[in-house]
Amino acid sequence: MDVAVFYIFGAIAVLASLFVVAQGNPMHSVMLLITSFGALAGLYVLLDAPFTAVTQIIIYAGAIMVLFLFVVMLLNIPREDPVQRTASALLGPTGMRMGVLLSVVLGVEVVWAMSRMAGAGFSEGPSAPSVSSVAGIGGELFTRHAFAFEATSVLILVAMVGAVVLARKEQP
Amino acid sequence: MMRYLPSATILAQLGLIFVIFNMLVLSAAFMVWLERKVCAYIQDRHGPNRVGYEGSLQPFADVIKLLFKEQLRPKAADAFLFALAPLVSTTAAFAAFSVVPFGTQTTLFGLLDEPIPLQITDVNVAVLVVFAITSMGIYGIVLAGWASNSKYSLLGGLRSSAQMISYELSYGLALAAVIMMAGSLSLREIVLHQSGTWFGVIPRWYIIPQFFGFLIFLTAGVAETNRAPFDFPEAEQELVAGYHTEYSSMSFAMFFLAEYVNMVTVSAVATSLYLGGWLGPFLPDWLGWVWFLVKVFLILFFYVWMRWTLPRYRYDQLMEFGWKFLLPAAVVNLFVTAAMVLWIG
Amino acid sequence: MIGLNHYLILSGLLFAIGTAGVFVRRNLITVLLSIEIMLNAVNLTFVAVGRYRGNVDGQIITFFVMTVAAAEAAVGLALVISLFRHRETLNPDAFTSLKW
Repeated sequence: MDVAVFYIFGAIAVLASLFVVAQGNPMHSVMLLITSFGALAGLYVLLDAPFTAVTQIIIYAGAIMVLFLFVVMLLNIPREDPVQRTASALLGPTGMRMGVLLSVVLGVEVVWAMSRMAGAGFSEGPSAPSVSSVAGIGGELFTRHAFAFEATSVLILVAMVGAVVLARKEQP
Repeated sequence: MMRYLPSATILAQLGLIFVIFNMLVLSAAFMVWLERKVCAYIQDRHGPNRVGYEGSLQPFADVIKLLFKEQLRPKAADAFLFALAPLVSTTAAFAAFSVVPFGTQTTLFGLLDEPIPLQITDVNVAVLVVFAITSMGIYGIVLAGWASNSKYSLLGGLRSSAQMISYELSYGLALAAVIMMAGSLSLREIVLHQSGTWFGVIPRWYIIPQFFGFLIFLTAGVAETNRAPFDFPEAEQELVAGYHTEYSSMSFAMFFLAEYVNMVTVSAVATSLYLGGWLGPFLPDWLGWVWFLVKVFLILFFYVWMRWTLPRYRYDQLMEFGWKFLLPAAVVNLFVTAAMVLWIG
Repeated sequence: MIGLNHYLILSGLLFAIGTAGVFVRRNLITVLLSIEIMLNAVNLTFVAVGRYRGNVDGQIITFFVMTVAAAEAAVGLALVISLFRHRETLNPDAFTSLKW
């Protein structure tokens, strides 16, 4: 059961993300990304983190993506020129080298992490420590991570002011 | 015999889902009828009175009429998103009801071995699930507005997304105050927390300590469901029909259905959060769902009453009201509730 | 049986897709969307490892990432809007007036 659910959600997430990058219509990209976020929320439920799954939907799919939709709708963004989308034209030698380097780094990292965890499964059963409790998350968040929590609120305030200043019409 | 019993529970669950789905569809039909009747009496007319008793079959006649109409699509519309939008709207409207409890646990008169709760599923983050699904409902409207490729639709879609995001904040803060009082995110536990009475007569419903929270929730709920006096996405005088201008036939009917089911869901959630859900005096426990229906009906009637009594706001007034009054009020309400929970208990 | 490795591979794939999007695409909106894919891949790793270790730290870091993503999206989109006002295009190659 878990296996099937994992592969279904995983496939949805990967395919949707792939098409976000692969096709040219920004509106479709936004919708596909929302699909991908929904699949990831499903995986979070599978990982015994329902609270994170719901916040994923509320914050990512419900708020951030609406912002993207709004901008796409307001600007009525044209599709890219098809000429510019061919990889060879826009990836210069520097880009190619960077890409090769990054994929090697990522590959090594994943292989290293997996060899460290060789075949590690999740602890199951009633004795397994529960990570799904909302109270547990809240307790940790407001005690050990209280400073980081307050710092993010300042960050959001700064971002809000910044966004308003940047996007407002310039005074004549 | 023993192996048969769990499947009986599963059958009961499936039956419950079936019943709830059909009840929601029927309630939408009922709401259409109620709306037209109440509107007619408010305006000193009779309203529909030809099909069935006092026009009670009118909604079904309308659905049959819509079924036989041609499905039109503007030439420049985005075909896929145009078809997807009504589906998203309807799905979101129905899905939110799945976590609302409407009765105590029951064995269906001893038919089942272990009692099942009258609720599709009881997740421990139910309040947030409702919130998340409501926020997904925006996409139906925004997509409809954009995919139709028509200026009225686009304006309707833009207005609605701005409106829903603005009022979602007050909605969420009003929810947070209730969550704080109950100490749980499960709707069933929130309802059970409201059982009992003060001084033997006043029920311990959250509408009493959270009266302002209830008003904020209801106002934000009206704005979230795009109903008058906040029905800007489809303001007829300005935008023809707003986001569903270009829709016809069944896809139009689906938007219509979604609007009414959304109303029912918001009322049901408000009932669970503030009016004690299925709890109530006089009736035995297993008839709790009657109380639930009565309370939901009262809120729905209030919705309809308000629509035909109040004129529409202006759009800038709506935004000003949401950001400069409702949101600060919700924040103050949250602080007062926190202080109350902390010092009074 | 689904173990931690499955999640690591999945999030590695998502991260690679996101990175490729940032490099390959010439549309600022899609580039921002690709960054969101990358952030989500990282979130998945955090939650999976948190589940593996049996504590909630993974989920808490996920919340911080989400908040930062929200701030990033708001500022990023505001920049996109003001850039679009000046040049009427979203091709990042068009914004090179500071290059010499």
